[in-house]
Amino acid sequence: MTTDYVLEARGLIKAFKGFTAVDNVSLNVRRGDIHALIGPNGAGKTTVFNLLTKFLSPTRGQLLFNGRDITSLSPDRIARIGMVRSFQISAVFPDLSVLENVRVALQRHRGDSFFFWRSETSLASLNGRALELLESVGLAAFAPHRAADLSYGRKRALEIATTLALEPELLLLDEPTQGMGHEDIDAVAELIRSVNRQCTVLMVEHNLKVVADLSDRITVLQRGTVLIEGDYQTVSADPQVRAAYMGVDESEDGQTSGRPAIAAGRMQEIRV
Amino acid sequence: MNKRTLYCALVVLALLAPLAVYPVFLMKVLCFGLFACAFNLLLGFGGLLSFGHAAFLGTGAYVTGYAMSTWGLTPEIGLLVGTLASAALGLVYGALAVRREGIYFAMVTLALAQLMFFVYLQAPFTGGEDGLQGIPRGQLLGVVDLQSNMAMYYLVLAIFSGGFLLIHRTIHSPFGQVLKAIRDNEARAISLGYQVDRYKLLVFVISAALAGLAGATKTLVFQLASLNDVHWLMSGEVVLMTLVGGMGTFLGPLVGAGVLVSVEHALSSGTLGAYVHVAMGMIFVLCVLLFRRGIVGEFPHLVSKLAKGIRRRLPMR
Ligand SMILES: Nc1ncnc2c1ncn2[C@@H]1O[C@H](COP(=O)(O)OP(=O)(O)OP(=O)(O)O)[C@@H](O)[C@H]1O
Ligand SMILES: [Mg+2]
Repeated sequence: MTTDYVLEARGLIKAFKGFTAVDNVSLNVRRGDIHALIGPNGAGKTTVFNLLTKFLSPTRGQLLFNGRDITSLSPDRIARIGMVRSFQISAVFPDLSVLENVRVALQRHRGDSFFFWRSETSLASLNGRALELLESVGLAAFAPHRAADLSYGRKRALEIATTLALEPELLLLDEPTQGMGHEDIDAVAELIRSVNRQCTVLMVEHNLKVVADLSDRITVLQRGTVLIEGDYQTVSADPQVRAAYMGVDESEDGQTSGRPAIAAGRMQEIRV
Repeated sequence: MNKRTLYCALVVLALLAPLAVYPVFLMKVLCFGLFACAFNLLLGFGGLLSFGHAAFLGTGAYVTGYAMSTWGLTPEIGLLVGTLASAALGLVYGALAVRREGIYFAMVTLALAQLMFFVYLQAPFTGGEDGLQGIPRGQLLGVVDLQSNMAMYYLVLAIFSGGFLLIHRTIHSPFGQVLKAIRDNEARAISLGYQVDRYKLLVFVISAALAGLAGATKTLVFQLASLNDVHWLMSGEVVLMTLVGGMGTFLGPLVGAGVLVSVEHALSSGTLGAYVHVAMGMIFVLCVLLFRRGIVGEFPHLVSKLAKGIRRRLPMR
């Protein structure tokens, strides 16, 4: 019964001093899906991510991963059971090389991470796998570079390669295409699609074209509450969503190959 | 210049140095150099600013001093006992401190170090204000009489080199990789599943143990353990040495220790003794203004700047 969902969040509440950033959010992520979490700036998307991965503790609510209650686990433990997140601001290890960034993730499984007396040349046996992962995101040529010297788009790609090194069951991406140009966006979207063959993806995304193209399921968040959840057709047809996100009038509806017109929009342009 | 050549040259220099320079001075530089290197492992590579490292230097000094004078141990066992005592204290203090971030970490370490200061001031076996004096140097392995400053110097050099190599290895180990990752981006390291507190604790203990070894060695050299070793000024001085020499570089802390010990030495002999701390303050300000990366950290940049300048002056081809 529970196997249907990788992750279930029930009644999540997060109250910061004075106001409730996440108010009674329930979210079910189906195995194998690409699930998008969308909503205007400040809706609470990142906060939900922080709650799901326990970087923040929910004021109230319950988290189930594969049916198992994980509400009280620490964030590093959450990562070890197979739920790995990325960050809204690109998160690489700037002073490590590109190769080392990926290798640090591979290294954890080996159980020698406390060996301070062993030479780091012992890590060379991981280089092959690390290069493979870099290859898959098109970064193999940059392996020896300092991560800090990569362009923004490449840092995000490196972040994804690092995350994939852990072979997570559920991957949480916080705005993977933010601040990227068109080509980078297409590349990352393609990458997410291919990653999805191995793992379930939950992503926060502002670019509605990416959302429309990739998502099996969408949850719309507004002022800390779930406005609606469903597939793209359902969500984009919802009058509340349309009212909130579109300056688009009804006549444009359905004009582009069944994809409603909001696909062209970018949510950060719309404030509620 | 090749790194290996540099280190070889330094070793030769260190082996010959006591022929030209007063060995006690050199030993002092090496002891504080090891102390600063241990501190730098924590700050420069672990990203943790301890403001109470004197507690470990002092514990090594007092425990070794007490063990040598009371139990008549051989120096190698005496040094080991002092080092282990500091490591144990490091484990307790580290467990209390590593959960705190940034300035809170510094404050916790300072508070705990002050606690140790009062323990050593009040405890019956530490000699109170006088400290422990006339501690015997003993005979290394029961054979080599350390009363000779030359023999003592080469022991200190060996200890420093051992500590230095251990730090070097620690940084270039699987553990060191994770440590650097944590320093670079702690949240990301957590999100990759690392229990960062445990890594911080381990580096804290290694650093404390080596600081203890430095203190223990200093006790043998000067045959004295005193409240100066656990005073908060000492905790401040090691920060200074590390920053002046170059935080996060390998040789920086030794260079910083050399500079500060020399300044102290030059001033304390004359009527200028009272100005030691003023001078150190000024060195610090100069460093912050001129060499942000410390003397060693700034060196490659100076060289490359010079090289660029020269190239610019050469006629175009
Ligand atoms: N630690 C915190 N303390 C207090 N308020 C917070 C904290 N973190 C977030 N908030 C507030 O909670 C609300 C939701 O923030 P959150 O970052 O989750 O939004 P978001 O949907 O990710 O927005 P964006 O699209 O800009 O990334 C915002 O009003 C924010 O100011
Ligand atoms: Mg956000």
